[in-house]
Amino acid sequence: MADLAAQGETPEILFWVGCAGAFDDRYKRVTRAFVRILEHVGVKYAVLGMEESCTGDPAKRAGNEFLFQMQAMQNITTLNGYGIKKVVTACPHCFNTIKNEYPALGGEYEVIHHSTFLQQLINEGRVKVEGGESYKGRRITFHDSCYLGRSNNIYEAPRAVLEALDADLVEMKRSKANGLCCGAGGAQMWKEPEPGKKDVNIERTEEALATLDGNAAALDNLYGVESGNAGATPAPKANGQGSIIAVGCPFCMTMMSDGVKNKERENNVQVFDLAELVASAEGLNA
Amino acid sequence: MHFSIQNFLFLLVAIAGFGLFAWQARKIRANISVGRDRDMSGNVSERLNKTLLVAFGQSKMFKRLTPAFLHLIVYVGFLVINVEVIEIMVDGIFGTHRFLQFLGPVYDVLMATNEILGALVIVAVVAFWWRRNRKPPVRRFQGPELRAWPKLDANIILYVEVILMAALFTMNTADLKLHQLRGTEMPGTFPISGLLVGLFPSSEAALHVLERVGWWAHIIGILCFLNYLPSSKHFHIIMAFPNVYYSRLVPQGQFSNVESITHEVKAMMDPSYEVPAPATAPDGSALAPTPFGAKDVNDLAWTNLLNAYSCTECGRCTSVCPANITGKLLSPRKIIMDTRDRMEEKYNSPLIFSPNLYGQEAKHESQEVLDKENHTLLRGYVTPEELWACTTCNACVEACPVNINPLESIVEMRRFLVLEESAAPNSLNVMFSNIENNGAPWAFSPSDRFNWADDLYVAEKEVVTA
Repeated sequence: MADLAAQGETPEILFWVGCAGAFDDRYKRVTRAFVRILEHVGVKYAVLGMEESCTGDPAKRAGNEFLFQMQAMQNITTLNGYGIKKVVTACPHCFNTIKNEYPALGGEYEVIHHSTFLQQLINEGRVKVEGGESYKGRRITFHDSCYLGRSNNIYEAPRAVLEALDADLVEMKRSKANGLCCGAGGAQMWKEPEPGKKDVNIERTEEALATLDGNAAALDNLYGVESGNAGATPAPKANGQGSIIAVGCPFCMTMMSDGVKNKERENNVQVFDLAELVASAEGLNA
Repeated sequence: MHFSIQNFLFLLVAIAGFGLFAWQARKIRANISVGRDRDMSGNVSERLNKTLLVAFGQSKMFKRLTPAFLHLIVYVGFLVINVEVIEIMVDGIFGTHRFLQFLGPVYDVLMATNEILGALVIVAVVAFWWRRNRKPPVRRFQGPELRAWPKLDANIILYVEVILMAALFTMNTADLKLHQLRGTEMPGTFPISGLLVGLFPSSEAALHVLERVGWWAHIIGILCFLNYLPSSKHFHIIMAFPNVYYSRLVPQGQFSNVESITHEVKAMMDPSYEVPAPATAPDGSALAPTPFGAKDVNDLAWTNLLNAYSCTECGRCTSVCPANITGKLLSPRKIIMDTRDRMEEKYNSPLIFSPNLYGQEAKHESQEVLDKENHTLLRGYVTPEELWACTTCNACVEACPVNINPLESIVEMRRFLVLEESAAPNSLNVMFSNIENNGAPWAFSPSDRFNWADDLYVAEKEVVTA
């Protein structure tokens, strides 16, 4: 961004990478996939690079309002200094914080989650999701992130992206507004869970795996879901090809990947972010 | 019109009943107003819309079809049968009999609807009772916070509803049979009472007594029930409406901004920033500074306290809570119930019952970890372990049929733990210092923040040369 500003230019969008996108080895692949898509469609974008700092989301959720506001004001100063109007991010936590909590502190931007952005690109025909890997016949289930779904009512965009992939999209019984948290929100990512029967991500992974395997109906441990409620779509029996748990959040990515490993299903179930799926369908994979 | 001593008695009973209720309502109003100020004015049309949809329209109930359907019967029954209460009031005061009969065919429809709904209410109430008392009960009625008084309370409500309906049918059937014996036309249509006449005695005197007993039992029952409400979870039939009206209109993910901290942070970043003078008492002396976050009920916003009086303890919040589902201590319902219990312990209890007297101890599984010395909402009722189990996923907020927000109270108490007591779990303190020192919650150097791009360009170069 600094380089661009030095040339006297302003970008169309600012891609907010986020700490996970910058440091987490798994999510760095998502960052790169999204950047490839941006370059492929020729959007004039910029990143803050070393000038970016944590939005303060985990501090705020954990109750450290002071630290949150310090972070927020610092980031707002940076963003306003460059005259940023439009921010795109692949992290629902950054998305929620910048969109909903920065305005009270003087940071007003148009903030877009990458699922919405990808949906727009597909709708406009700028990304055709063809020429690369085909997902025909593969089963995908989307795990709703709390900070995208319930927090900001974004349920359709990620599904529209997945539908464009021509895969078999199956819904978990607890999905959309009834979705179950991956277990990492509210700063849980940085601490051990409190004692209980099991970890939240294991519960959620079991549900995702059962859905992909086509026995979601056999799940008898679905607390909070009235039996007989519509919602879960029956999936065809597994056909040997790898199934996919799609996510749109770095925390969900970590939690679901850990869950799949814990269940020793890495050989036939993979966890991918929406941007990775779109990039490889478009033939942009690294 | 036919005045008698009955009308005088009725007037006394009605005045006593409503007066007592007003007195109890004032106590609850006082309890709610100990909460912190929060400006909820404006957005009237949006709020009214929400109230129509969520409170009157029951829209959030329909996430679960069986209980939604049963609840709808009782709710519509409550609304429609209350029209008959108007009639009872007018008859009671002015000595008229079935005053609304001037409505003609409308009265026929009204009475028939009343009777059918009355019968359906009994069916629904029996189903509710079964869901709660079978072994084991429906899962969301099993929580440790639903033992003792809350369990008894729920059953009392169901019994009273059956008694009220039985009184209504006694009154109608006796009246109908009296008319049949005298060969006169009974105003209104009574499909259920018509089936019951055979069971009633054929003596005019007995029927007259039965009619009066039904009439008095119904109205006294209603007045007693009205005064039972402030001690009960059933208070939701009144409080749900203001609670939905004053619910949050911002996205669920938006957490409240702490204004006082904003001033401090701005002053730190800009020395010329003028921090507004602290609030002063009417006599000019400085007020004690308000703590960050919430330690006790009066540190919560008044809307959080209104939430506590609107809760019907249905447990939809707890049954969707990821922490609770996986066996952790957190139960959003318990947080809300604790808030109300603590309020009534510290300030006013309703007149008739003090729920605190009924097995308060039994309600909390983790009594031994509660701090008896610091007897406040936080630590005295709610343990930090419960609070730290929350993933802030908003499932509880989404699930509540009357727009209660347990998450807000949880976050306020977390703020107190972190900002006033520095009592966060150690791993969170590590995360805080990472953010402070490295600008990231993990211990990575800020100078490595752009490293992801190196690989990108390397990869692209490879593609080009390949």
